[in-house]
Amino acid sequence: MTEELFQKMAQSVLDGDSDAAIVLAKQAIADGIDPLEAITKGFVAGVNQVGESFACGEAFLPELVMAGEAIKAAVSTLEPEMQKRGVHRTMLGKVVLATVEGDIHEIGKSLVGTMLAASGFQVYDLGVDVPAAKIIAKVQEVDADLVGLSALLTTTMVKQKEVIDELDKLGLRKKVKVMVGGAPVTRDWVQKIEADGYSEDAIGAVGLAKRLVGAA
Amino acid sequence: MSKAIKSITNPKLRLEILTPQEVKKIHDATLWIIEKVGVRFPSKRALEIWADHGAEVDTEKMVVRAKAELIEKALKTCPPIYALAARDPQQDLPLDGNHVFVGTDGCGVEVIDIKTGMRRTSCLQDVRDIARIADATEEVAFHWVPVSAQDMPPETRGLHEIKAIWENSSKHVQTESIYNEREARAAIEMAALIAGGKDKLRQCPVLSLMQCSAPPLGHDSGSLEAALVAAEYGLPTGFMTMAANLTTGPATLAGNLAVGNAEVIAGTALIQLAYPGAPVFYAAAQTASDLRTGAYTGGGPEDFLYGAATNALSDFYNIPLSMGSFATGAKEPNWQAGIENSLSTFMASIAMSDMLLGVGFLHGSRIWSFAEMMMDCEIFSIIHKTMQGIVVNDETLALDTIAAVGPGGNFLSQKHTLKHMREIFLPQFMDRRPFNEWEAKKDDGRDWALAKARKTLETHQPDLLDERIRSEMTKIISSLEKK
Repeated sequence: MTEELFQKMAQSVLDGDSDAAIVLAKQAIADGIDPLEAITKGFVAGVNQVGESFACGEAFLPELVMAGEAIKAAVSTLEPEMQKRGVHRTMLGKVVLATVEGDIHEIGKSLVGTMLAASGFQVYDLGVDVPAAKIIAKVQEVDADLVGLSALLTTTMVKQKEVIDELDKLGLRKKVKVMVGGAPVTRDWVQKIEADGYSEDAIGAVGLAKRLVGAA
Repeated sequence: MSKAIKSITNPKLRLEILTPQEVKKIHDATLWIIEKVGVRFPSKRALEIWADHGAEVDTEKMVVRAKAELIEKALKTCPPIYALAARDPQQDLPLDGNHVFVGTDGCGVEVIDIKTGMRRTSCLQDVRDIARIADATEEVAFHWVPVSAQDMPPETRGLHEIKAIWENSSKHVQTESIYNEREARAAIEMAALIAGGKDKLRQCPVLSLMQCSAPPLGHDSGSLEAALVAAEYGLPTGFMTMAANLTTGPATLAGNLAVGNAEVIAGTALIQLAYPGAPVFYAAAQTASDLRTGAYTGGGPEDFLYGAATNALSDFYNIPLSMGSFATGAKEPNWQAGIENSLSTFMASIAMSDMLLGVGFLHGSRIWSFAEMMMDCEIFSIIHKTMQGIVVNDETLALDTIAAVGPGGNFLSQKHTLKHMREIFLPQFMDRRPFNEWEAKKDDGRDWALAKARKTLETHQPDLLDERIRSEMTKIISSLEKK
């Protein structure tokens, strides 16, 4: 019975069906199933399958995003039950994400957030046009392992450096890795501002984040 | 030097990509989106203008919902025809629906160095070099800021860039890299130096400002305010949508056209409400996002269709169009670059888009290549020739000559041949040599294109910008720089 439920959970993620994922998560709670098992044996199995189909060219980006949203919906449904039982998911790391000050371009950054969350990172997405001070405050508040900074304009890209310099001043650079992204970001720029890495797309960002936290 | 500008005019080829009914359906969909869904205008000034004209304004979300009548009434004051002025009046560009002009593309972040061939971060000297070469070509009719002058301070970068272009070319400058009110006002001062006063800019717009929208269904505050400044002084301004299938627009082409159209039309209506009769243009570079990465593709059949369809929309609104063509996603000048840039430019040309953007880029408008620039010029020349079609009359039927040669002769020594042979297109960068000659050298169009760019840069002397104007421009820029 439980196996069957796990399969349905995986399928809901494969279908990118958040509504079904929520119903199944509630059923798991009602049936007294360990929420951590529901996540790892059910929903995460679905994410992994979508990831595999994507890797061999059968699934496309919208399917990854919808799978990411389905597992997010399931996990937040299971959250109260995990708290009740006093259990936590083991996450790969905590990531603070933001589009830098003066820049309103959101989609790439949000896509990276969805992919990282689906891959087992705890993501704190601060949105767009975020000043360096606010990013640093969040990093300290949540004790982040990673910061992801997005910029689409050459004139706002300089703010990525500002955040790195701030982290440096506070002596946080050894502990907090910085990854940057956005259309104008190049390898030269990454070296110049001494970021820890960059990716040209959201899939690459997941691989990079895993490497930076030593999980790959 | 070349003073002649090559443009497509009086074309013989035609294409009906959308029927009038289909255009109307997209227009109605657009009005529905603007009225029911709304468009985001994150600028206090823009929201006030909308509110003053009776639009429904959600000040917290900064979303405007306007009735169809308001939009349609506002669009009625758009001037259908005007000219982009050049520093050299001989090179003014009439935007009259019967000319297709090409610009340089922009705004990239890297350059394949013209001397070393190494890829590196772009700087102000690149802006100068590209402008100088573009000035010499007959294909490039106007400039965009081709690459970002990343060695200049961010707060005045856009001003250094237009000054660098004016210093190296007498053609029209359309900047896409000034997107805040402060820089826009300074740019107006600079343009006024060339035009001979701010009151002359309306008659002599030596500068135009292109602003990007923020899809889906949004605008950027700085861009809106810069566009309003341009309109105030009668400089042509336009909003460019880059709404892309899958990410910033629906997966379907018609829906994505409607999203992009809503952004452009709502922005254009705002300008007309604020400054009725201000010269405006429609701008678009729509594409499909890549299915695997979500990235901007810069090519593919969707781009080609958008290239032609957008002009059907701008014609419906009777305003000039600045259309994204070229801009291949290829990483080097190659097969992909040739296909993407030829087809996108052909489709945008056959629909008679007024301005095409533009020559010179690889990797989706990110990496400037001087070789690609020259080859893109050749692509435009090929399309220019193709668009002339086939002329059929007594002279071109050449019956006397055919009779004179008779069966079995040849036409090489005929006067008619001598008279018309130069009408045959002669490529600069296509390899038509004997095989052995190629085998001995193994070079190709890319090498010749780069050599031509290098030679042009060495030898071409543009008309100098008046020394007094230069120093006034420098003063304007430095007054804005942080000390």
